[in-house]
Amino acid sequence: MTKPAASSLQVKNLSYSFETKQVLHDISLSLAGGDCGILLGPNAAGKTTLFSLIAGLYNGREGQVLINGVDIKNKPYNALSRLGVVFQQSTLDMDLSVLQNLNYHAALHGMSGRRATSRINEELDHLGLQDSKNEKIRALNGGHRRRVEIARALIHQPSLLLLDEPTAGLDIPTRQALVEHLHNLCSNGRVSILWATHLIDEVYPTDKVIVLNKGRIEAQGEVSVICKKLAVDDLKAAYQTLTGKN
Amino acid sequence: MAISHGLIALNGIMKREFWRFIHQRERFLAALVRPLIWLFVFAAGFRSTLGLAIIPPYETYILYEVYIAVGLIGMIQLFNGMQSSLSMVYDREMGSMKTLLVSPLPRWFLLMAKLLASTSVSILQVYAFLMVAWFYDIQAPCLGYLSVFPALVLTGLMLGALGLLLSTCIKQLENFSGVMNFVIFPMFFMSTALYPLWKIKESSLLLHTLASYNPFSQAVELIRFSLYGQFNLYAFSYTLVSFMVFMSIASWGYKPSSGWKVKK
Repeated sequence: MTKPAASSLQVKNLSYSFETKQVLHDISLSLAGGDCGILLGPNAAGKTTLFSLIAGLYNGREGQVLINGVDIKNKPYNALSRLGVVFQQSTLDMDLSVLQNLNYHAALHGMSGRRATSRINEELDHLGLQDSKNEKIRALNGGHRRRVEIARALIHQPSLLLLDEPTAGLDIPTRQALVEHLHNLCSNGRVSILWATHLIDEVYPTDKVIVLNKGRIEAQGEVSVICKKLAVDDLKAAYQTLTGKN
Repeated sequence: MAISHGLIALNGIMKREFWRFIHQRERFLAALVRPLIWLFVFAAGFRSTLGLAIIPPYETYILYEVYIAVGLIGMIQLFNGMQSSLSMVYDREMGSMKTLLVSPLPRWFLLMAKLLASTSVSILQVYAFLMVAWFYDIQAPCLGYLSVFPALVLTGLMLGALGLLLSTCIKQLENFSGVMNFVIFPMFFMSTALYPLWKIKESSLLLHTLASYNPFSQAVELIRFSLYGQFNLYAFSYTLVSFMVFMSIASWGYKPSSGWKVKK
């Protein structure tokens, strides 16, 4: 499938402070349709704050966030209808079943009846969750819970998916399977992804890497471009050079 | 926001609240047992010591149990309002509030939908209580069971909005016990739930003034009059205005510009 040309995400000159402490400085980045953007950065780099601003959880005072060309500040509901989010912490309702959680999310996006059921079934199939759909979230393991969260974020067919460290706390095989699935979503052109992580082995050579450190973008581009610019062999060395961290 | 989208979302939020309610049977039992203990133990014990004069909406002398039953309906709704506030704080602590806040709907609508959902649950609890009370010989006129419904909606919304407002001020779940001491107990005991205003005035003028201005007193009076097929305009207006004030402040508290409400 060919990638759609429109920009799924544009962040322009975004800055943000918590009271007197500035946590983001003049951030600008963009993702085209079908891009997989990896936001790499150490702890406290500002990744979660940037995500909160993109998702409209905080109001950015300086700068602009456009999702599919729609400004989150001016038309928040329009912009949010094109956005799927998987937060770092699980946000599923533990006492409800997989199906009930997904139905709830579909309803929040104005989907009901046959349309909701068909989209939920599609995502359950894609993520291999059909057998667990009537299980309570509490009864699922970490990997399954993550998959439910991803299914939930995709039900309304967003053009942009925000993933805040989606593989945190997962074992290696589950993590690898999830990383592969998410990259497939991008390569199929189904969605663009902005994915925050500090695990370099989750990055594919074709990904667009954005290195964030102390609230500033230190570098962005494909892995090979960043490495060439810094005259280093691999992304790990580039990351160390840029952030001073392993 | 399209109307159809709003209705589907409202339906989804209501359903979720009912699913949670069904999954938490203990919550329902606790909500029912609490007022029943007050009715069967406290009210029965005080029956002989507290005589009540004829006061509107009652047309004859009544037993203390009959008087206090309405206050206990208020108690169910008050606890339910605080319970929904607790669940908002819990959702915020656990992060599930974010799911709601990143949905493409205005925050005032989301809060209102949550409020309606929790009010519906509280009304179910109230009718269950009224059914048990009916077998205990506390019976209102048949039509009263219908006419009290809109009053229960308004009082449930008002107390739920107060809960929402409190949830914007409470940053951690651990701080919630303060609500018990500083909101629920004073609101309940300084109201007309247990004694009529004239009786309170006999013992303390200050307490009488506080009880008169307590929105919970007016909610209880609105329920009391409605249950007996009468309309108390003052109590209705007071409850409505209180609801609007609490809801406006709560909506402001959940705006993205007040970003501290969403746990980082």
